[in-house]
Amino acid sequence: MAYGPKVIEHYENPRNVGSLPKDDPTVGTGLVGAPACGDVMKLQIRVNPATQVIEDAKFKTFGCGSAIASSSLATEWLKGMSIDQAQAIKNTQIVAELSLPPVKIHCSVLAEDAIKAALADYKAKRAARRAPADQPAPQANAAK
Amino acid sequence: MALKLPIFMDNHATTPVDPRVLEAMLPYFTTEFGNAASRSHIFGWKAEEAVERARKQVADLIGADAKEIVFTSGATESDNLAIKGVAEFYAEKGDHIITAVTEHKAVLDSCKRLEREGKRVTTLPVGKDGRVDPDDVAKAIEAKTILVTIMYANNEIGVLQPIREIGALCRAKGVLFHTDAVQGIGKVPFDVNAMNVDLASISGHKFYGPKGVGALYVRRSKPRVRIAPIIDGGGHERGMRSGTLNVPAIVGLGKAAEIARAEMADEAARLLALRERLRKGLQARVPEAYVNGSMEHRLPGNLNISFAYVEGESLLMGLKDVAVSSGSACTSASLEPSYVLRALGVGDEMAHSSIRFGLGRFNTDEEVDYVIDHAASLVDRLRALSPLWEMVQEGIDIKTINWSAPSSAHV
Repeated sequence: MAYGPKVIEHYENPRNVGSLPKDDPTVGTGLVGAPACGDVMKLQIRVNPATQVIEDAKFKTFGCGSAIASSSLATEWLKGMSIDQAQAIKNTQIVAELSLPPVKIHCSVLAEDAIKAALADYKAKRAARRAPADQPAPQANAAK
Repeated sequence: MALKLPIFMDNHATTPVDPRVLEAMLPYFTTEFGNAASRSHIFGWKAEEAVERARKQVADLIGADAKEIVFTSGATESDNLAIKGVAEFYAEKGDHIITAVTEHKAVLDSCKRLEREGKRVTTLPVGKDGRVDPDDVAKAIEAKTILVTIMYANNEIGVLQPIREIGALCRAKGVLFHTDAVQGIGKVPFDVNAMNVDLASISGHKFYGPKGVGALYVRRSKPRVRIAPIIDGGGHERGMRSGTLNVPAIVGLGKAAEIARAEMADEAARLLALRERLRKGLQARVPEAYVNGSMEHRLPGNLNISFAYVEGESLLMGLKDVAVSSGSACTSASLEPSYVLRALGVGDEMAHSSIRFGLGRFNTDEEVDYVIDHAASLVDRLRALSPLWEMVQEGIDIKTINWSAPSSAHV
């Protein structure tokens, strides 16, 4: 398969590779995919609690060159976005930017899933911290 | 000697035509261009003479008689002809065929078509080493079994099947035995009589002959094997395969067979040394690199190895100066990882991480050393990018993680 120049560029020089402390309350972590399917993406964001702006983003990906490029591109876009802007990123934008062929569209879907999962994790942490200390956590209520 | 890039290390997919083969072929495109079926003039006679010489060269390589060689367009046709031809000709005798899960698609899909047409097919499993257990073959044979088809050497993992044992038990039970010998012929010794083979598929371009030509060995005595043709026409090849003979390619196949017969022993020893240099070099530099399939029963030029926690296609992309292939889903349109590796039970994630190195006649020590260097540093780079590698370094067992549903990854 021939790769587009932008996929090759991200594969050769991936942006924002690494990890953020996942227990930090300002960090949201998304881990999506499965080893058996040949793709796993871990995408993390650090959000400024005062401004709700994503100040940092990191990724690690097990997958093909297009999966690596999709997640690398996602971290590049996320930095400086508000969480509402991040929520609006669509996989089709990644497909267009990287010129992914049809057989690689699932890589962009996975990157969108990873963004959504990281945002959800951040929001859940924030909601848990806001819950009054004298009340049980919502999950505990749900379990009863 | 300076290293020439790119390096071709995918000799199970195809091989370059040996210059000696090309030289033998050339006159048959231009001056000796006759139709081997033309009986009335010198052009036809010369072409026929060349075809008969090639028939003998191919027969000699596998211990057969020249009359037992049927030329075809390649091994896919040979597999189709053997399986469908036997199924049709022996339809009154029985309706049951035995094969194995790691066979080439030309065999499996021929069997599937027959199944749709009402035949019964038993597909045997393989062990972790990739080999069929001859006892399983013996147990699967029943009164209505007409054919057992088990390959000699596997195209992905290079594992050699126990065809001598399978041939002996098929002969004892009076069942015909076909072997897709494409990857083994010219690489490791193969003898139709010593191995009790009744039909064998051969491909030219897998052992330094041209593409578009192959052969089917069809035993003529003890037992005399009959097959119904799948291509009808002028009755060429004793009625088993009509169609004007591809004389230049057949001459090339014959020459390739002659060279293989003369040089196989030396070449196998050299390739085994190269393969071991590659395997040891990679395993010394890369932790958690696992060979897939038996090391003991294996083609000398094959190394199929999984680099855990790194995806195969991303490896291929990084090894851009080296032509190899992967069992990863991403290299195929289907998004399914290699069915051969899955059949060994190595796990889908390890199938996704596999690389097939196929060493051949023209590979050198320098090329192997270059590949070791590049592959090892690339695996390091990709592991630094791998969330799975990170988890394993942190002591997390990735099997305990509740991974998200495959559906989200495979839209």
